[in-house]
Amino acid sequence: MQPTQSIQFEHPALKNYLLDHAYDEMFAGPGELHKHTQLLLEHFTSLPPDELQRRKQAADLSFLNQGITFTVYGREEGTEKIFPYDLLPRIITAAEWAIVEQGLSQRITALNLFLRDIYNEGRILKDGIVPREVVYSCKQYRRQMIGLQVPRNVYIAVCGTDLIRMENGEFVVLEDNLRVPSGVSYMLTNRRVMKRIFPQLFRSYNVRPIEQYTQLLLGTLRSLAPEGRPEPNIVLLSPGVFNSAYFEHAYLARQMGIELVEGRDLVTHDNIVYMRTTNGLRRVDVIYRRVDDDFIDPLAFRGDSILGVAGLFNAYRAGNVTLANAFGTGVADDKALYAYVPDIIRYYLTEEPVLKNVETYLLTRPKERQHVLQNLDKLVVKAVGESGGYGMLIGPQSTAEQREEFARKIESDPRNYIAQPTISFSRAPCLIDNALEPRHVDLRPYVLYGDKVTVVPGGLTRVALKRGSLVVNSSQGGGSKDTWVLSQ
Amino acid sequence: MLSRVADSLYWMSRYLERAEHTTRLLDVNLNLMLDESSTSAERRWHRALQALGHPKGVEFTGDPYALMRSLTFNTENKAAIVSCIISARENSRHVREQISTEQWHRLNSLYLQVTRPEMQSDMHAEALQEMAQPTEFLQSVMEAVHQFQGVTDSTMSHGEGWQFIQVGRYIERASATAMLLEAYHEDLWGYPERMSEGNEYLEWMGLLRSATAFEAYCKVYTADLTPDRIFEFLLLDEEFPHSLRFSIDSMQNALEAIHRESGKNRAEPLRRLSGRLQALLSYSGVDDILKDDVVAYLRNIQTQCRAIHEMIYELYVDYPIQAALAG
Repeated sequence: MQPTQSIQFEHPALKNYLLDHAYDEMFAGPGELHKHTQLLLEHFTSLPPDELQRRKQAADLSFLNQGITFTVYGREEGTEKIFPYDLLPRIITAAEWAIVEQGLSQRITALNLFLRDIYNEGRILKDGIVPREVVYSCKQYRRQMIGLQVPRNVYIAVCGTDLIRMENGEFVVLEDNLRVPSGVSYMLTNRRVMKRIFPQLFRSYNVRPIEQYTQLLLGTLRSLAPEGRPEPNIVLLSPGVFNSAYFEHAYLARQMGIELVEGRDLVTHDNIVYMRTTNGLRRVDVIYRRVDDDFIDPLAFRGDSILGVAGLFNAYRAGNVTLANAFGTGVADDKALYAYVPDIIRYYLTEEPVLKNVETYLLTRPKERQHVLQNLDKLVVKAVGESGGYGMLIGPQSTAEQREEFARKIESDPRNYIAQPTISFSRAPCLIDNALEPRHVDLRPYVLYGDKVTVVPGGLTRVALKRGSLVVNSSQGGGSKDTWVLSQ
Repeated sequence: MLSRVADSLYWMSRYLERAEHTTRLLDVNLNLMLDESSTSAERRWHRALQALGHPKGVEFTGDPYALMRSLTFNTENKAAIVSCIISARENSRHVREQISTEQWHRLNSLYLQVTRPEMQSDMHAEALQEMAQPTEFLQSVMEAVHQFQGVTDSTMSHGEGWQFIQVGRYIERASATAMLLEAYHEDLWGYPERMSEGNEYLEWMGLLRSATAFEAYCKVYTADLTPDRIFEFLLLDEEFPHSLRFSIDSMQNALEAIHRESGKNRAEPLRRLSGRLQALLSYSGVDDILKDDVVAYLRNIQTQCRAIHEMIYELYVDYPIQAALAG
């Protein structure tokens, strides 16, 4: 991406701070700060460089010693990495947050109604708002869920929706994560480290707390217990220690005081799920599962899965155990279905969407496909079933060879891809070699849906730490920063 | 408590105990080596390997420093100190949410320290100079394990999980002490005439130090070292934490606490087995033991420890589902 307009600052700490057409989270314009970032800038430019380095090292060491790491697949050495952490918090004002909160509540409500509908009456399909083939051709669609009643009709209990900020500062939805969204432990630990490293700065802003998240999550899970189980036994099901998000699974289980189980800890008998304890078998009522649908029950789904529990799906069908999130929620975060979410919101809630979508081309439509194939160098192409920044083509940064490869892939399986314009999403100041430089950021707030909808005030801000990069995924060299939502 | 969790806590504890024991054995023998002729040193290294149960793939080829490296850093060797620490840390990572943050920090720091690549090259350089002992490294490992135990006792609830940690530690310690006595038996009680003149005192001290028992022994018997008293002290002393009797008593207490928690009839066979071993040590006199086949006696203890280990598995970890549903 070429900057259309570069402005240089005179302050030595800002010598590399160039503004371009992307929205800047600190500067409203050349030399003009967003009011709420003034204190932040003053604080950081007042600290001597070695003091900044010292705090940066203290933060890194704290992550390493606490074992707050994620696993990078396919690398021999040093498979455990800390998630790079940027010292400058990202600040969101109360007014900005009010819109985000409203928009996310609206979205999760509509998507829950949508999931209930497509697995039951299918009104939205009959009315032609969403084409049947988009739903039925989705790999995440589970026909086993048809007609099944889930507790309180909650399909999505936990959701992490990725937002980006457009050039005009407006938040828009980049994608929904409705299966097993991760990263919330980084949100919580980032905050804890931040409070320790910059207590004064933290105190001078009125930041809304996020520490209640785990309690809210526990409450949400408890509210979904099967009928007649007033003291439900709630567990977190993890694929185990080799999973990239294992730290998070352990963290959440510990913070909630529930058992962290693996597939091999669970057995089913007469459609009841038990866990194997030193004291014999103990019944399980609610499973917060961090294992994908495909792997959760080798009898019902992938027979080669060793992560799952044989017979779990039958116990679930019988209503003896609740899964959060429900099976088959992935159909609603399919990247092709994403294009229909605004219509879904209008259909069920008769409201206009508060948060917009990014413009999306559906490659199954011949006209749009034609357009995309002719403009591959300007667009971003994503495989609908992939996550973590895999299976992507970023047009402006691609080679002719890569574009050709994607053109072939699109033509052979158009349902499997979508395209979006390359968006220059917002940039926030980051500490790079003792100076501040802007880097692209997104935001993943976490939404809980049980008795009511709760949006935790904050989220995980991911940073593309490489200069000019638009990829924020941790598996692709991204980092994160603490996200402060101000209370006024 | 999940069976898998109990299993991991038990092994975490065993591996750390093993790491500490191997570390101390190396430290003691490297130290004694400085005082002695090379022939008896050679016999001592063979004996050290025997005390460690002849770890697979480790041979004494005449170079003590090579042996030392193999027993510290060679991660291809499962018995190496670093391997034990890696295994302990891996087990604790599986139960990260079950142990306290302080425990995890202590163990994770030890792991980060010993797996640093510089560690090995530093040590290598030291060994090449043939002057320095890797004392600092060995001391820091032992200290870290002691700290871990302290932190475990003061930050973790003394519930079932903690009891499994106790069982792991003491069953490992009991087996190691029995093997240590067996390894020393031949030289110190079997064929004392094979000892070169004036070296007995050093060897006896070495044995006591290998079990951190030198100071504790002196408090009871003064620095007057005699083989029978040493044997009695390491085998039957009621109050010394590395004696076999103390280890078995502690293991038995922890097992009883676990039985109380689970309140199972199925625990009876395990109670009988561990109770019998405890009685064996509580009601023996050293004279009777020394009159009979000492090696057979020590091997019997090791066999019983293995049987207890297997019974713990059958009862708490790897039980058949049908039996559990019926019970």
